[in-house]
Amino acid sequence: MAGNHTLKRDKMTPRLGGFALGIFLFPLLAQQIDFLEHYVDVMVFAGIYSLAALGLCLLMGYAGQISLGHASFFGLGAYISGVITTKYGINPWLCVFLGMLVSAVVAFAIGAPSLRLRGHYLAMATLAFCIIVTIIFNENVAITGGPDGLAFIPGIGIFGYALDSVTKYYYLVWSIVLLVLLLCLNVIRSRVGRALRSIHSSESAAGAVGVNVAKYKIYVFVLSAVIASVAGSLYAHYLNFINPSSFDLFVSIKLLIMIVLGGMYSLWGGIVGAVLITFLSYEWLHYFEDAEVMVYGAIVLVIIIFLPGGLVSLPDKAKVLWAREDGGRRVHKVGQ
Amino acid sequence: MEISFASQLLQYTITGITVGSIYAMVAVGFNIIYNVTEAINFAQGEFVMLGGLVMVFLRVTLNIPVVFSLPMAILVVTVVGILLDRLAIKPIRKPSVLSMIIATIGASFLIRGAAMFIWGKNPFDLPPFSGRNPISLFGAVVQPQGLWVIGFLVIMVIVLTLFFDRTILGKALRACAVNPKASSLVGINVKHMVLISFALSAAIGALGGIVITPISLMEYDRGAMLAVKGFSACALGGIGSFQGAVTGGLLIGLIECLGAGLISSGYKDVFAMLVLLAVLFIKPSGLLGSVEVSKIKKF
Repeated sequence: MAGNHTLKRDKMTPRLGGFALGIFLFPLLAQQIDFLEHYVDVMVFAGIYSLAALGLCLLMGYAGQISLGHASFFGLGAYISGVITTKYGINPWLCVFLGMLVSAVVAFAIGAPSLRLRGHYLAMATLAFCIIVTIIFNENVAITGGPDGLAFIPGIGIFGYALDSVTKYYYLVWSIVLLVLLLCLNVIRSRVGRALRSIHSSESAAGAVGVNVAKYKIYVFVLSAVIASVAGSLYAHYLNFINPSSFDLFVSIKLLIMIVLGGMYSLWGGIVGAVLITFLSYEWLHYFEDAEVMVYGAIVLVIIIFLPGGLVSLPDKAKVLWAREDGGRRVHKVGQ
Repeated sequence: MEISFASQLLQYTITGITVGSIYAMVAVGFNIIYNVTEAINFAQGEFVMLGGLVMVFLRVTLNIPVVFSLPMAILVVTVVGILLDRLAIKPIRKPSVLSMIIATIGASFLIRGAAMFIWGKNPFDLPPFSGRNPISLFGAVVQPQGLWVIGFLVIMVIVLTLFFDRTILGKALRACAVNPKASSLVGINVKHMVLISFALSAAIGALGGIVITPISLMEYDRGAMLAVKGFSACALGGIGSFQGAVTGGLLIGLIECLGAGLISSGYKDVFAMLVLLAVLFIKPSGLLGSVEVSKIKKF
């Protein structure tokens, strides 16, 4: 598992280039086709969820830790941006930054004690955190608007240039996804990434050769929380409306499902999963709202049993199968 | 009628113990699976929900008397537990704690979704086992069903203690908890033990759901919160410890009811979560768990 994500620079560049080109071309193409036009809107949400998924991917696939609290960091970003811009009219970008800061501090406070322990204490601590945050969003009606939510959140612009159309916002969101992807790829290739991979293979072995296991896990957890917070801010400014149910445990688990579906051992998996699940929940399953939960459950089980590396591992898996079939025939011939 | 503070306090305590008994049952279920597999079963709350709803179907729709419908409902949910292991846990080729946890999350969604299809979104009521006439006790009110809940917890504790101490199967399960590799060396089939642990937890969860439904009703999405509270109980008592789970469950129930009654009912669900966070941060081994176990176990 661990050896698979050694990424070579020369292999990554064309992939990243293709990705950037795809991002650039998508709205231009979608606008030409009638029934695809609103897909740009869905892709904005897909981009926002991709951001959150990228951070979580780093945490789950590379540090081997489960977080069930990422919807809350997502929510912290959204609510800090939403509340402060609506009530005090402060520059939205400042609020994005403030959200990042708060999320970092909170993530450190939760991560530091629970990641020093071996195993999956973080899953439980973040689970509790997520439920507490949802209740706080719901109960503090004066600040957050309670269950009815917070409306009239202003949009966001860049240096006075208002991002007033879906397509403009699409480019903003996906540029940030690209930036964060580059950042995460760098993290993986750096000393931190090597340390993380060693932790995933064997925590005791990593510790024995002097890798400070807890430190790196905390680092990644805080980083992923900060990314989720940025995603939350972008969500609030795009939708102009937020309510607690967009940031509850179900969303945390949905983020987890995105990564499992796409493939948690690759950052690309996070993006693939986020885009697919977003389309599932915003478009394809929209009319079968009741079936959503069941479909997600089935997806997770099928993937974890038959394709633990997620959808992005399909090409590799096909190659292996192909090679095995070939090899099988040869063995058979030798037998004859 | 003015209710005195003392009797109010007594009322919260009684309700707390009743609710806590259910958390204790969920926590015991968690522990049994955790001890054998080291994984947290996120579908544990779903067993409780299913227990309640299957019982409603048998008791109310088919009108089968409690004496027969109770074991039948437990049996149905036990089969679901067995299926969970056979269809979701056992097929994982390279099982790791991470993948097992994710599988149980997936399974919990699947079960919840299926329950919604079968029963819909409305909560269901179940007639109490022995009437609804409340018994008054020093100004507080005790529902007869509450006594049933506590009684069943006591029975469960006695039966499980005997099972783990006196039977070969129980001892084999305990051996797996200590060291699965060594147990397989002495001839214990660990895969079977995993199956049994899932069946046993499902049965215990179902019992919890059956006895609490007459008090708190039951609907398809109750499982998640029950699982979380049960897990808090588990952590408070010390993960892996049987006595700890029971103590932790009762304590979480008490803290929740006293907190909701005396501080704020809107934040009712926060108290258990705060306890969970506090335990994880201050004493991860819990009240009754041994520090050694929590260090060795890769939980």
